[in-house]
Amino acid sequence: MLKLTTAMLSAATLLGSCGNNSGNSSGSNGALRSSNAEKVYVAPGEYDEFYAFMSGGYSGNLTVYGLPSGRMFKEIPVFSQFPTTGYGYSEETKPMLNTSFGMVPWDDAHHPDISQTEGILDGRWVFINGNNTPRIARISLKTFETEEIIEVPNSAGNHSSSFITENTEYVVAGTRFSVPVPQADLPINEYKGKFKGALSFISVDKETGRMNIKFQILMPGFNYDLSHPGRGKSHGWFFFTTYNTEEANSLLEVNASQNDKDFIAAINWKKIEAYVNNGGGTKMVANYAHNVYDESTHTATSTMEKEVLTVNPADIPGAIYFLPTPKSPHGCDVDPSGEYIIGNGKLSADLTVHSFTKMLDAIENEKFDGDAYGIPILNYEAILAGSVKSGGLGPLHTEFDNQGNAYTTFFISSEVVKWKIGTWEVIDRKPTFYSVGHLMIPGGNSRKPFGKYVVAMNKITKDRYLPTGPELEHSAQLYDITGEKMELIYDFPTHGEPHYAAAIPADMIRDKSQKIYRLDENNHPYAITSPDQAKVTRNGNEVHVYMSMIRSHFTPDNIEGIKVGDKVYFHITNHEQDFDVPHGFAMIGANNSELLIMPGQTKTLTWEPKKVGVWPFYCTDFCSALHQEMQGYIRVSPKSSSLDLTWTLDDE
Amino acid sequence: MKFKRIAMKSTKLITLLIAFLSLNACKNSTSEKAASSPPSPTETQHPVNGQASVTDNVSDPNALQVAKSLDDFKTLVVAIEAADLENTLVNAGPLTVFAPVNAAFNKLPEGKVSSLLEPENTSKLAVILKNHVAPANYPLQQLAKEAKKGRKLYMASGNYLDVVQKEDDIYVGGTKIIKTVQVSNGWIHVINDVLIPTEEE
Repeated sequence: MLKLTTAMLSAATLLGSCGNNSGNSSGSNGALRSSNAEKVYVAPGEYDEFYAFMSGGYSGNLTVYGLPSGRMFKEIPVFSQFPTTGYGYSEETKPMLNTSFGMVPWDDAHHPDISQTEGILDGRWVFINGNNTPRIARISLKTFETEEIIEVPNSAGNHSSSFITENTEYVVAGTRFSVPVPQADLPINEYKGKFKGALSFISVDKETGRMNIKFQILMPGFNYDLSHPGRGKSHGWFFFTTYNTEEANSLLEVNASQNDKDFIAAINWKKIEAYVNNGGGTKMVANYAHNVYDESTHTATSTMEKEVLTVNPADIPGAIYFLPTPKSPHGCDVDPSGEYIIGNGKLSADLTVHSFTKMLDAIENEKFDGDAYGIPILNYEAILAGSVKSGGLGPLHTEFDNQGNAYTTFFISSEVVKWKIGTWEVIDRKPTFYSVGHLMIPGGNSRKPFGKYVVAMNKITKDRYLPTGPELEHSAQLYDITGEKMELIYDFPTHGEPHYAAAIPADMIRDKSQKIYRLDENNHPYAITSPDQAKVTRNGNEVHVYMSMIRSHFTPDNIEGIKVGDKVYFHITNHEQDFDVPHGFAMIGANNSELLIMPGQTKTLTWEPKKVGVWPFYCTDFCSALHQEMQGYIRVSPKSSSLDLTWTLDDE
Repeated sequence: MKFKRIAMKSTKLITLLIAFLSLNACKNSTSEKAASSPPSPTETQHPVNGQASVTDNVSDPNALQVAKSLDDFKTLVVAIEAADLENTLVNAGPLTVFAPVNAAFNKLPEGKVSSLLEPENTSKLAVILKNHVAPANYPLQQLAKEAKKGRKLYMASGNYLDVVQKEDDIYVGGTKIIKTVQVSNGWIHVINDVLIPTEEE
């Protein structure tokens, strides 16, 4: 009888869970479903409340989404060539992808972070890291164009990046792989003790945003996973999670999971900044690319920098400490007050929360448990504020709302867990679909989060959408977090693999958005501001075409005297001064891409004709009712031809 | 012996009851919907209960699917369901599951299994089950290597399990691995004992 009751009870639990798991969020109730639809519905002609910037992961780019609609507005090319616009193919933008390894036309874009002033989003720039060939990019939120890319030397697997300090003093780039510094021909098994992990502090000019590597800290050879700045009371510090404190160099899935605790490295960057400002640090020979796009010439230049300032932790005692943190922590997150530093131990069930106040006290009173390579390890109990025991498995990343709550993703148990800062009590758990990596609350990594939505970025899609072959776009879920319990209200696909995202209220950037480039401010050396300046010049086999475009023709549109073996540069200026009237340019047989040229802008495509004949070009962007008439011809003569160059429009 | 049979019987009864009731419950909610309006494709096709409910007849079976397909793991599967851990066991992992057979549960003191299945003991049950799962990729060969290097296995419960090799056999937490099955998201090593975490004993 008793056993039967037990059975009934557990059955009842399951019965309950059948409806409860889906909860109000996505389940069977039609009325709730329609109110959820209203929450995400943005009527035709209306605008989204937030702009979300999601990293493209292996796409190398950054995508812009509206929230709550989940509509994708734009893909911004950053580290990858983008034939859609000609980014990385045009002569002007090729230098953006230059590195010390030559042109690297792709990267793995990971962690976008929006610039801040006094710990609050200011909507000027978004930064993002290239993980594979270490680089940091700065994108203008006025033009939504990549303006600058700086390579990071002595680094490899630029993962604990690109997070900014609360006045955008620095964008920080930490290495995932430790490597020989400087690089050297070493046996791999001499890793331990010989390899270093560089943490780079890249200063950002207050006015121009221009980046410059101020200093690199050469840390022990651990893997540096993620990082976040101190804010408010902890401003001036930066925190990095580490794993592989075992310093293994092979089969890391086993060998880097041996230590019960790894570390969060706490870096007093203000102290190190003062040290280097007073002449501290060692200049090291280096070679890294610094690529800057100039909006007035519409052209990027790449400069090779030859030196970097390095700091050895041993030379500046009192600036760096290790906070023991269980089980290979991934996310390293700081709450809006700056008091709590959260380690998301990815193999653990629990979250570890350290107290900044207790950390300072432990430093003051030297509550140390030994050291690692001379860097003091603080006593775990002395700095621990609490731990969150959620019952979930595999915590990865935590963000915050403006009500004193935190939200953590759990990869293995596929859920978002809401918990209370200070009491560490779990308030809610909601499933994700499936295997969530990171999550994002607009402003959730600042002093002032906008706690209306959380977006969960999942790694596994499975059956969320109709099957489209083996490869699926990753799924994201949108939760309404305005109530006590989270409510799943929407599902949408994302492009590439968003590893991380940042969002800002649309109001903060919408009105600053640039609509056209002014033709009278175009300083491109090959620009023509009037069609009568159009010309074609030859210098040996190098031919320069100075061309303009306007609805609905090119000037010139007939060119003769080009020869097989020439290298033809089409410098094309869009003479429109009207928002959203770009023109495209495509040349048959061009071995690169098209160009998409914005009003007032000049871009250059290179073409090396290989075949004798008359070859057309045309506008690729449906610009006008006479778009289909927007075309031209190039006559290509044999190499031996002595035909003079001519260029005409309507035979003139 | 008598006890064991009763325990087994009651477990089976529970399984059946649960299967019947939960099936019924889900049916009810669908039929309610059906009564008001025909279900839209989204309503019928989108599982809302997590990855464990994804239908996929093409991929290699995962740890949960394999466990469910074998009679030896009937009790284990009931426990996994009662602890709400199905979605965890279908995760990308990698996972290494030390899976006790039905008889292993019979070795526990009388009433232990049914008590753990009580709703108020769900979290206790979850900790015990997580003590059988390592968030790691441990084929038998790797376990032998771990034993040789004197390493312990970190389990999802937060505890560590000893791994030792005696002659040709591998022992985890003192019990012998009697069979190994590769699954799409890792490994199932079959064992004859339930690995109760030390603080539970």
